[in-house]
Amino acid sequence: MFLEVDELRAGYGPVQVLHGISLHVEKGEIVTILGANGAGKTTTLLSVSGLADITGGAVRLRGKDIHTLPADEIVARGLTQAPEGRRIFGPLSVMENLRLGAFTVKDRKAVARTLEQVFELFPRLSERRSQPAGTLSGGEQQMLAIARALMARPRLLLLDEPSLGLAPLLVKAIFETVHAINESGVTVLLVEQNARAALKLARRGYILEMGRIVMEGDAAALLADPGVQQAYLGG
Amino acid sequence: MDQLFQQLVNGLAVGGIYALVALGYTMVYGVLKLINFAHGDLFTIGAYLGLTLFVAMGSAGTLPGFAAVLPVAVMVMGLTALLGGVLERVAYRPLRKAGRLSAVVSALGASIFFQNAVMLVWGANYEVYPEVMRPSAVIFLFDTGVPLIRLLIIGVSLLLMLTLYGFIHHTRTGTAVRAAAIDQGAAALMGINVNRIITLVFLIGAGLGGAAGIMVGMSYGQIDFSMGFSYGLKAFTAAVLGGIGNIPGAMLGGMLLGLIETLGSAYLTIAWKDAISFLVLILILIIRPTGILGERTAEKL
Ligand SMILES: Nc1ncnc2c1ncn2[C@@H]1O[C@H](COP(=O)(O)OP(=O)(O)OP(=O)(O)O)[C@@H](O)[C@H]1O
Ligand SMILES: [Mg+2]
Repeated sequence: MFLEVDELRAGYGPVQVLHGISLHVEKGEIVTILGANGAGKTTTLLSVSGLADITGGAVRLRGKDIHTLPADEIVARGLTQAPEGRRIFGPLSVMENLRLGAFTVKDRKAVARTLEQVFELFPRLSERRSQPAGTLSGGEQQMLAIARALMARPRLLLLDEPSLGLAPLLVKAIFETVHAINESGVTVLLVEQNARAALKLARRGYILEMGRIVMEGDAAALLADPGVQQAYLGG
Repeated sequence: MDQLFQQLVNGLAVGGIYALVALGYTMVYGVLKLINFAHGDLFTIGAYLGLTLFVAMGSAGTLPGFAAVLPVAVMVMGLTALLGGVLERVAYRPLRKAGRLSAVVSALGASIFFQNAVMLVWGANYEVYPEVMRPSAVIFLFDTGVPLIRLLIIGVSLLLMLTLYGFIHHTRTGTAVRAAAIDQGAAALMGINVNRIITLVFLIGAGLGGAAGIMVGMSYGQIDFSMGFSYGLKAFTAAVLGGIGNIPGAMLGGMLLGLIETLGSAYLTIAWKDAISFLVLILILIIRPTGILGERTAEKL
């Protein structure tokens, strides 16, 4: 198993948010986590990345425990994240943001190559490379957040609501980009509000309610499920 | 005219010292949102270590030549940096999640500890830097005599500041320091070891403070265990003046405060010398609490 979350309990300090969730992602897959606001989707991704307080269970990457590692070492093992709210470094230039994304990569030539590929994927970022990231439009900031997470050449990419707040045309572009990233060999764990689009893109999905997984299955099956349709696909 | 030029040089020299100390406050504030009250004491320790090491480098009761100042300064910067790193580990890191008030109490405790340690080791009386460390040469610039030592201090403090600026803005690690000051969680998601960055910031700040301590001894001669309090307060004012959390702001704020204070006491009244910085502090807090360069305060480290 590529990523395995096993009976994970986690939260923030004394607040417990996840009450024992289990999920897995196989190599090459796109897997999506759906759920209402406050269900614990972001907490799940932050736990996997080492930024939440884990009180029980385990997270394993290619069979090795990673829930005991600090966040920076998890990145070094090939797992990166474009977090909720983008969290780009606003006062720093686009280029500086991207170079920070490659912080764990020591080989300069490799960084230059990745940078070229990322600019191919997001030509807009190339045009704006010396601009402070905070002056980019919302869509461009989202592209930067994804691009930055790609700079470390991850094997597993976590995306937390990449389409949030974007115009429909841009949402489509972001989903196409995620598809292209996956085609290039990166496994993706995707959290989305846009459940329909996410299920169309993903192979499998999990539904999270109040810190518990209540349903899981093939994306197509979830799309066809009346309960899922009513709760997450607008009837 | 002569007098004005001399006062400008004096103002820039003391301003350089304020700026170096202010950088320690501002960098720590930038990444931890914490005012390291013990920072002024690291500066005091730098001044004392400078004296002790210099004397120790001589042989058989004779002092070494002025050239020994350079290795002494380097050693002092290394030692105070180390002390800054230990301070962070012992006084701040264990309280990282315990809230701000605990950190403030711990900072005050560390400051009291350092002051008492200085008194224990070096005594409660003031000490005087030997003449060899304080060249009395006067240089003529624009037909005006200015003490060489002042020019030296201006030059060295500018050099240290430029080096720091270059490091922060043009290296990988420096960019990581700026990133950690903006968003520690996001920095960690880049694979940056944020704890290491915090340690680094304490090392650099304390090292610069130590260098400033020697400069005070070399230009004014006299040092005592409480100097960290007055210089610390002024440097803190300088940091706020420039915008706390902002590195170029601390540099600018230090230089400006040095000039304001020197010119103010030369042309208004010397009795008000120390009051001037407090007046400046109060004025900024009223007029522009974010300081000159700090728009979104800590965001622009
Ligand atoms: N830093 C925090 N400290 C304490 N509680 C938090 C923190 N962040 C989130 N929570 C709580 O954890 C719960 C789950 O939040 P989480 O952000 O994981 O939900 P989510 O599924 O991502 O929701 P959304 O769709 O709104 O992004 C919420 O009740 C929230 O209030
Ligand atoms: Mg969320």
